[in-house]
Amino acid sequence: MAGLNTHVSSPPKTQAGTAAVTAMPPPPRRRAGVIFLAIAMLIIASFASLRGEWRGLFSIESAAKMLDLFTGFFPLETDSRFLAKVAWATIETIAMSFLATLIALIVAVVIAVPAAGMSGVLMRRIARAVLNFLRAVPELVWASMLVIAAGLGPFPGTLALAFHTAGVLGRLLADALENAPAAPYIALRHNGASAIAAFAYGTLPVVLPQIASYTLYRWENNIRAAAVLGVIGAGGLGQLLYYHLSLLQYHDTGTVLVAMILLVALVDGLSSLMRERMAS
Amino acid sequence: MMTMNRSASRPDPAWHERLIATWVLVFVIMGCLVVTEFKPWTLLDEPSLRATRQFLASFFPPAHDAVFLKLILVSTWQTIAVATAGVTLALIFAVPLALIATRTLSISRLGQGQSQNHAAWLPKIIRHAVRGLLIMLRSIPELVWGLLFVRAIGLGDTAGVLAIALTYCGMMGKVFLEIMESQDARTADTLLINGASRSQAFLYATLPNCLPEMVSYTVFRWECAIRSSVILGFVGAGGLGQQMDLSMRMLAGGQVVTMLAAFVALVWIADIISKQLRSWLD
Amino acid sequence: MTISLSNLTVKLGRGDDMRTILDDISLDITSGEQIAIIGPSGAGKTTLLHTLACAIKPTSGTLCVNNTLPWALAKSALHKLRGGIFLAPQVPPLPPRQRVVNSVLAGRLAHTGLLASLWSLYKPQDAALAFAALMRFKLEDKLWLRCDRLSGGERQRVGLARIMVSEAPLLLLDEPVSALDPALGLAALKTIQDEANARHATLVVSLHDVQLARARFGRLIGLKAGRIHFDLPTHLVGEATLADLYGAEFEVAASMVKTTVDDLTSVVSAPAAVRCF
Repeated sequence: MAGLNTHVSSPPKTQAGTAAVTAMPPPPRRRAGVIFLAIAMLIIASFASLRGEWRGLFSIESAAKMLDLFTGFFPLETDSRFLAKVAWATIETIAMSFLATLIALIVAVVIAVPAAGMSGVLMRRIARAVLNFLRAVPELVWASMLVIAAGLGPFPGTLALAFHTAGVLGRLLADALENAPAAPYIALRHNGASAIAAFAYGTLPVVLPQIASYTLYRWENNIRAAAVLGVIGAGGLGQLLYYHLSLLQYHDTGTVLVAMILLVALVDGLSSLMRERMAS
Repeated sequence: MMTMNRSASRPDPAWHERLIATWVLVFVIMGCLVVTEFKPWTLLDEPSLRATRQFLASFFPPAHDAVFLKLILVSTWQTIAVATAGVTLALIFAVPLALIATRTLSISRLGQGQSQNHAAWLPKIIRHAVRGLLIMLRSIPELVWGLLFVRAIGLGDTAGVLAIALTYCGMMGKVFLEIMESQDARTADTLLINGASRSQAFLYATLPNCLPEMVSYTVFRWECAIRSSVILGFVGAGGLGQQMDLSMRMLAGGQVVTMLAAFVALVWIADIISKQLRSWLD
Repeated sequence: MTISLSNLTVKLGRGDDMRTILDDISLDITSGEQIAIIGPSGAGKTTLLHTLACAIKPTSGTLCVNNTLPWALAKSALHKLRGGIFLAPQVPPLPPRQRVVNSVLAGRLAHTGLLASLWSLYKPQDAALAFAALMRFKLEDKLWLRCDRLSGGERQRVGLARIMVSEAPLLLLDEPVSALDPALGLAALKTIQDEANARHATLVVSLHDVQLARARFGRLIGLKAGRIHFDLPTHLVGEATLADLYGAEFEVAASMVKTTVDDLTSVVSAPAAVRCF
């Protein structure tokens, strides 16, 4: 019934007036049922199209294979020369993420200013499109393309992280700038300050805390991403992991895995500690 | 003039801090530049320029023959299927795990002050064990899980589903736990005191409060899973990512461009769907 | 700076929402003059100040600053002109996380090079200048604090301290002492007037406090519903004129203030006449 009602062209004014007084409008139709049905169908179709392989997951055979793999990691490789290699890869991972975040921040600021509509509507569209593209392509895809241009190693990995992060940070920044109160900026402009100076003295101090916390959060994400980026040859712990896994050196692989888990857990712990301290 | 002189005796208290921070930053950046072998000029070397040029030149025209487009359509669906199946499995495991780990629904906590908590040591141990499990699950990136599963059970989308399920189970479990614990405990307490079981208290008190937030987070995670699913393809877990990896190895730029477009469109549509769903929830 | 307005009208808003804020304003301000604008809330005082600051473009009529028409100038020339005009908004928009020293120095951005002003954010260059400015408002101990640590009255005075570091020959102040207690407000206003005298600057101030305006300014402009109600030397502004300006509310306000004005009785004795307006 509700569906029908929406198709009826609006009646003359007098009728509408009386209808509003006499008849209670029908309750809005609930969309929930349709949505649930759509989601359920998506899930069923997804499992159905996985070619039934997933049933094999719960077979004893594949469970045994997994157990084999995980027990194969032990005992971990603890040769001091290998440990030094892992430590270096860890440092490389952190350095990649740090530098990438820094480059991304600079690029993000440059693109976010037009993306916040500060240099016209057209520039805003273009800048937003650039940011969306940078953001939509994952680090790993960027890396696999940059590896072609720059060869293997941490350098293409750093660039790949920077590209993706610039997109993410740029958009957050643009939104922050658009939502920042305009009064400080306008007041300085009225008094004759140039656009850049008014931005630096009026707008930037307002959004700076937000920028700082976004950037730290992205750095945290980037450490995690840098750890795995090496899988396609872009340096860091991931490259080491892939290398030893390919050579079926499971003890070495186990050590790298442990280093990776420790690094991620450490970053997680530190960031939640910092967030708690900032909140209090 | 007096005033000017007096201000000189009031130096900027933040100045030294700033100076030190600047120098530290400069050294750290220089260190990072060395460690990451950051040499942008290598991009302009003749060999790498040639490789880049060839790769970029092969971008045009984008591949668009019917066979390839059908392949893309199939792999795109595979990507969606892997993400959806992974998130579904993650959800199925994350809710009970969060339920076990939440303190709000602890029956043993009822009627006890803080000091007497040792009486219920078994539930406490279980709670901590579950929390530890959730932390472990999410501290291993899905790509690493994928790599290991591909090793263990072979190439294919099963490895992708499992990888997403495990990592996302950890993430979703943790967030569900936080959502539940941030709820007002009194609603659930009232039911527990009146003799309701944990699951009843969950269904009648906690769930109605947290459901919108939990559903909204699950939808958000599904959106992330689509991206993860593409990435997992790069290590051989099927879908768009695997095709992209193959095309890149063959330096078939035209195919890469088409797939990149398909991928950006997919992410964009997932973003719209997820935003729409979440706005309906509010 | 000399300013002259003739038949100036300002309409704000769009389409059906268009409202006339200033209506047919004509007035001349000579260089070095000090003027107070008074009038009920919503009379258009703030809009008038913004128009004088070349921040709002008049809908019709002419604004003439130093014998040039600012709105006929090229954009860059107009902006250069703005550097000579200092407008202090009523609620000084200070970024909460900015340090007071930078907030004050922001008052002279128009006279600072871009690189110097950016460097100044890292290492404040004219800290002594900012310190001297703050000292004149008894805020010298706040120099290195962050703006969000200040009270409302302190923030307002930081906004006023900007005037001291600006080199503008035209100062426009919107309710400069609204957040200050009477004694502090009087002192602050005196400081600003001394500064204006010292640099031979023109000073236009909008004020809520009529008694303060009468005590400190030689020329008063009464603004009501966007029109100039009167423009007189202070000694010609009597209580009847003021009652006329503010309407019936004024008698209540005046009796609440309990000022010892000579002809207060005349206002009280004429309530019926006042209510007619």
